[in-house]
Amino acid sequence: MDAIFESLPQYWDGFLRTLFLAVVSGVIALLLGTLLAAMRVSPVAALRGFSTFYVEVARNTPLTIIFFFSAIVLPRLGVKFEQFEVAAIIALSSYTAAFVAEAVRSGVNSVPVGQAEAARSIGMTFAQVLGFIVLPQALRTVVPPLINIMIALVKNSSVAGAFFVLELFGYGLQLSNSRGDAVMWILIGVAFFYLLITVPLGLLAHFVERKVAIAR
Amino acid sequence: MTSVLYDVPGPKARRISLIGSVLGSIIITGGVVGAIVILSSQGIFNASRWEVFVNESAKDVWTQLGLGVLATLQAAGVAAIIAFPLGVALCLLRISLISWIRVPTQVVLEFLRGMPVVLMILFVLLVFATSPFVAVVSGLVLYNAAIFAEILRAGIQSLPKGQREAGLAIGLRSFQSRMSIEFPQAIRRMLPSLVAQLVVLLKDTSLGYIVAYEELLRKVKLISDLEPSLLFSAFFVGAAIYILINLSVSRLAIWIERRGTKKAAGGTAKAVETVDLELGTAGPK
Amino acid sequence: MKAFITRRKSLLVAAGAALALSLSACGGGTTTTPPVDKPSFAAGTTMEKLSQAGKITIGTKFDQPLFGQKGLDGKPVGFDVEIGKAIAAKLGITPDKIEWVETVSANREPFIEQGRVDIVVATYTINDARKQKVSFAGPYYEAGQALLVNKDDSSITKPEDVAGKKVCSVTGSTPAKTIVDKYAAELVPAANYTACLEPLRNKQVVAVTTDNVILAGYVDKEPDAFKLASDQTFTKEPYGIGLKKEDTVFRNWINDQLEAFAKDDTYKKAWEATAGKVIKTVPALPTIDRY
Repeated sequence: MDAIFESLPQYWDGFLRTLFLAVVSGVIALLLGTLLAAMRVSPVAALRGFSTFYVEVARNTPLTIIFFFSAIVLPRLGVKFEQFEVAAIIALSSYTAAFVAEAVRSGVNSVPVGQAEAARSIGMTFAQVLGFIVLPQALRTVVPPLINIMIALVKNSSVAGAFFVLELFGYGLQLSNSRGDAVMWILIGVAFFYLLITVPLGLLAHFVERKVAIAR
Repeated sequence: MTSVLYDVPGPKARRISLIGSVLGSIIITGGVVGAIVILSSQGIFNASRWEVFVNESAKDVWTQLGLGVLATLQAAGVAAIIAFPLGVALCLLRISLISWIRVPTQVVLEFLRGMPVVLMILFVLLVFATSPFVAVVSGLVLYNAAIFAEILRAGIQSLPKGQREAGLAIGLRSFQSRMSIEFPQAIRRMLPSLVAQLVVLLKDTSLGYIVAYEELLRKVKLISDLEPSLLFSAFFVGAAIYILINLSVSRLAIWIERRGTKKAAGGTAKAVETVDLELGTAGPK
Repeated sequence: MKAFITRRKSLLVAAGAALALSLSACGGGTTTTPPVDKPSFAAGTTMEKLSQAGKITIGTKFDQPLFGQKGLDGKPVGFDVEIGKAIAAKLGITPDKIEWVETVSANREPFIEQGRVDIVVATYTINDARKQKVSFAGPYYEAGQALLVNKDDSSITKPEDVAGKKVCSVTGSTPAKTIVDKYAAELVPAANYTACLEPLRNKQVVAVTTDNVILAGYVDKEPDAFKLASDQTFTKEPYGIGLKKEDTVFRNWINDQLEAFAKDDTYKKAWEATAGKVIKTVPALPTIDRY
């Protein structure tokens, strides 16, 4: 138990870095994912093809390997970051974006066809139909799965600990190595800090779900 | 068949779209070629980095990788087989009408969902003194059962109320209605999400490194550790194997889903999804 | 169902065959002295139990160059492994009866406490926190932390020079902690040392730090790219052999064997066959800590 309190500064530092990675990557992934989803339903065949290809590849590659490309192969291509967090954010957001795109796409599919038809019949363009009619409604069904994706993102950020960014899980490993006598407590401490982010997110998901529930 | 989101493009729009597509392809291809040129100028594609996959030690390398693949599939397979029924059970408890069953289940699910899998694997090993394999499988089961339960719950709640009401009306008990009317529909409806989660499960076996479970990625790392120059080749090969396995699982899932759609005439959400998928490949005519 | 069982069986057979293949592929030269023929030990001791059973489970690292590293043939090689073999030999156990289990930092103490391994020889630094959970024989080697820098970098010669600068080491390792706690470097953690070499090459970090012997291995492989910042080490890492707490008889016995190895050249041979390929001077056995 003492081990947790003695290590609070490290936990806190790691917690903040994990939070930072998750928030920045989360925002980028949301934007990129929505864009990919829009491309997936767009009239241009090439955009649809690209989006499908991207989502398929990113979803089927382990995150560790994506990290390998962003943190080790990219610098070899001449893209060198002063801060390794950049590489981590690139990896996390490009991976998460694929999942966001899938969630948004299934949300778009859940909007009754009549909505789009009505919008079209009053003369709206593709961008207008999507932006004003379909996406806002899709969001209702998409928010709970999106929050789940964000929970996964928070936990996935632990992979950064093996790729040059010292975050919560990396601190956990370091502490458990130096405090071999209290491994159990050290890990409970790590778990606590992760739950500090993920549980509120989960509760938020349930709350939103109830708020926007559509009676069927 | 056309999408309701936009008009069938006319000749002008088609021309613009074609030019854009060609330009885009050129830019992407150029980028890839450029990357390959830069990497090969640094000797990353030199034969010396790759011959280990074909020379006299190749047998050992591929044996190691093969054992890694086997370990990955084993852990993922066993975990999936246990996690799914457990997920169904958790889902039943989670949607129970009795609050003292429902609420504690929700707390447990929330906890399982919020914990990093890698920590759960480590916990199991430390607390229950298990072998690495059992620890990896347990960690994966605990987490994925919770996710399966949530997916199924979403599926059941998306069913029209009438399904359950009809079931109860013909004299089925609540549990019977759940098992014989609601779950089969929910599973079919959520199949894409369930399979996506299966792929996540497969990839998550790589978290076994924390308890030294020698799955594919761990093997890749151990090989790359032998010689700094193997770092790139080992990871490239590892990535290729992973993508191959996962794509096969995803393809299989889409095939099952298509078959399921044909059987279940008039499946709602799924029908739309299939239309969309077909559009994605065929394009507007 | 029947088809399923057959398939599963064939899968298992394939797995078994693959395993046998990887085992038969090994066999490389062993330096260890032949096992003692029918050693006798007092009844009830761990030595008696192990020697009666004719097999031993040893925990070691699989990713620590020169000390414990799993080769392509699936067998671990290194100085730790040789020490483990030598101890087994004194119990009358041949190398093929040793089961090697990978221990990583998070599972070493639990594995010893649970009896999942009999001893741990895994670049395992003796310290007081660990002594509360397990006992240590030895030390059998004293490593020291050092810095690996780019060949053309002369700005770093001592650990104080990396204060406030980025230094790469393996996530959760002891050297990683030391460089931060004592020398105020900014830690850049990586999955393995090989991965650490990349940012060093790209000058995204100024140094890579871990025990001198391991770093010497990288200098040996790429003398045109890297060098050690200094021949001096700045910590003392006494490597001990971990075993069940309070098994004093077993610990004393291992300590006696270590001293014997130093006298009869077993120690020298083990070194020369492994770490000695990089560091030619054979170290002297450190004073055994018979606490």
